[in-house]
Amino acid sequence: MITTAVQEREHYLNESYGIKSWLLTKDHKRIALLYLFTVTFFFFLGGAFATMIRVELLTPQGNFVSNDTYNKLFTMHGVAMIFFFLIPSIPATLGNFFLPMMIGARDLAFPRINLLSWYLLVIGGLFALFAMLAGGVDTGWTFYTPYSTTYSNSWVIATAIGIFVAGFSSILTGLNFIVTVHRMRAPGMTWSRLPLFVWSNYATALIQVLGTPVLAVTIILLFCERVFHIGIFDPALGGDPVLFQHLFWFYSHPAVYIMVLPAMGVISEVVSVFSRKRVFGYHFVAYASLAIAVLGFLVWGHHLFVATQSVYAGLVFSFLSYFVAIPSAIKVFNWTATLYKGSISFATPMLYAFGFIGLFTIGGLTGLFLAALGFDVHVTDTYFVVAHFHYIMVGGTIMAYMGGLHYWWPKMTGRMYPEGWAKLSALVVFLGFNLTFFPQFILGYMGMPRRYHVYPDEFQVLHVLSTAGASVLAVGYLLPMIYFVWSLKYGAIAPANPWGASGLEWKTQSPPPLHNFDETPVVTEEAYDYSSVIGEEIQVG
Amino acid sequence: MASETQAHAHQESLALREQFDTAAQQKDASTLGMWIFLITEIMFFGGMFLAYTVYRHLYSHVFAVASSSLNVYIGAANTVVLLCSSLTMVLAVRAAQLSQKKAIVLFLVLTLLLGGVFLGVKAYEWNEKFVEHHVPGASFHFEDLPASDQGHAQLFFSLYFAMTGLHALHMVIGAGLLCYLVFEARKGRYSAEYNTPVDLIGLYWHFVDIIWIFLFPLLYLIDRHLGR
Repeated sequence: MITTAVQEREHYLNESYGIKSWLLTKDHKRIALLYLFTVTFFFFLGGAFATMIRVELLTPQGNFVSNDTYNKLFTMHGVAMIFFFLIPSIPATLGNFFLPMMIGARDLAFPRINLLSWYLLVIGGLFALFAMLAGGVDTGWTFYTPYSTTYSNSWVIATAIGIFVAGFSSILTGLNFIVTVHRMRAPGMTWSRLPLFVWSNYATALIQVLGTPVLAVTIILLFCERVFHIGIFDPALGGDPVLFQHLFWFYSHPAVYIMVLPAMGVISEVVSVFSRKRVFGYHFVAYASLAIAVLGFLVWGHHLFVATQSVYAGLVFSFLSYFVAIPSAIKVFNWTATLYKGSISFATPMLYAFGFIGLFTIGGLTGLFLAALGFDVHVTDTYFVVAHFHYIMVGGTIMAYMGGLHYWWPKMTGRMYPEGWAKLSALVVFLGFNLTFFPQFILGYMGMPRRYHVYPDEFQVLHVLSTAGASVLAVGYLLPMIYFVWSLKYGAIAPANPWGASGLEWKTQSPPPLHNFDETPVVTEEAYDYSSVIGEEIQVG
Repeated sequence: MASETQAHAHQESLALREQFDTAAQQKDASTLGMWIFLITEIMFFGGMFLAYTVYRHLYSHVFAVASSSLNVYIGAANTVVLLCSSLTMVLAVRAAQLSQKKAIVLFLVLTLLLGGVFLGVKAYEWNEKFVEHHVPGASFHFEDLPASDQGHAQLFFSLYFAMTGLHALHMVIGAGLLCYLVFEARKGRYSAEYNTPVDLIGLYWHFVDIIWIFLFPLLYLIDRHLGR
């Protein structure tokens, strides 16, 4: 099956071998794969916690785990998923691999810092993992004071150190991306020719650089408060526990956009390629990314509507939270308009993109419900909130992440994934997701509070539906794990440009050579111009 | 964008890394990277400045009283020391740009010494606080304030230790970087052609100085008046 020509061709995977050539690599493509392994590990770890949560919630009584264990399960689910999977997921894997290639660069501006940032994620991850194995942490992923500083008898400090260190990984990735986009573009690659995936990762990097340091200093203050009792968040000394919430959400709300902006970038690429049209309103989509990055910093107060914040502050934050929906809506409408009269093919990445658009819209619209002061008071800390942010993070980010992985898999590995199985997995994920999380909207509206594992009997039907959906969803995530690995050996050899895409990353061989391009490309046309690639066969299946 | 400077590429390719086309592009990228890093540092310190602002607003009287127990003369002298270290740092950068290789080492060592003096004085001041029972904790006691204000005074000193401590940590990191520069400069690595590390670590050093320029008035000068 493998021709000699393919065996002899040198690329980034076979130019050197051995454990050192990976652990000391400065190649952004290999570092992206290191990230891929790491975040996949944490995804399945977080998934294991989620499984136990859903098993517990099958029955109204707490009969699978104790109260304390349940607290630890949802905390560790959140910590693993948010800090060690969702935040690094798309930027550090797909972004790391493709951002330099899309702008025609040989590497990121600072390859050694790129490697350092992976090590920081691993070190932070090991701290968090130690905390989980040593007995777990039970504060919720939000670490609200004074519980986290005074009362919790669990591994708060070890987890906090892990998140602190991983935060610097995120900062360094963002710094690297910003400098790379500013200084490493190929000749002719002007700002208005940048692929939208680059734009959205650039906007993400701005948030990483501006927001994450605030989380870092908040963790330092939390650390000092818990260890030295310095009083910053302690009412006994005149400190204010709500100050912690302000500082925490100043990072953690923009962090939602760290998770979803790169996902939007993936969708822009995929929707354009598989409808063979330039993204409708390119500039609007690009600037919408920046608008989300800026406005995202001004809405954190909507997490404090019931936490002693003044009504007037609440009004302003409510208004701004509505405002941030505008750039998000621009994107959804523009993707839809891109499809209009497009030559659409239903390849797996496109199925994931369709899933994203639908689920992100539901997640975004329920976000507007929650931005409304009166309704928010009614559903604060209920499953309505849980369902809302899972529609954004799982229905949005993970859908796009899976779509992006399928889309770029041929370029990353040189192999095609099995299209039939992949389509099946996209369908299973979509159905399983909705079955898991839609009942939670109803549960929340009926008054089921989050973070409780004992509930009234009348909620059981909806909880059973949700748990059933979670098992379907698990199958949908395990399937790609199997066939991706399978494809590395048995998948069809991928051509340089299997989708007939126009980006620079498709103009070099699959997998790419060590320095991405044989010679630095010169860009003469706008992004998503398919006139020169029309006629190439799109290989589906 | 890179092609315009390609002409100079060959003569400056001494330390050019493979991802860059020209030395100018490399220096540009490194400088931008350092500025972005300094922005993250502003956000990092920003969290503590926010906490300070909130509690200063809530307990302004107690903060003024607690602040006046700090020794303003020592603080002012230390500020001068730090400003002088910024001067010697910028002279080191200048020397590097002029390829005066001995002067680079001299000014870097002077900067290091002045930084050391600052940290020594700071350690003395912290020690004073221990002696006076002004360190937050079980034995905290501030004699000039009633019992109801002790907690608020403790907040001031918590912020004092957190902010000056974080600043001192940055000074220590800066001193480590300066040691590296001295080590490399002695080998004659920096010249008019290649001096990016001196330039960038200089930026970092000035930044840490500027943080102190904000800390000094906020912590020492809340309620000071010249004697009438």
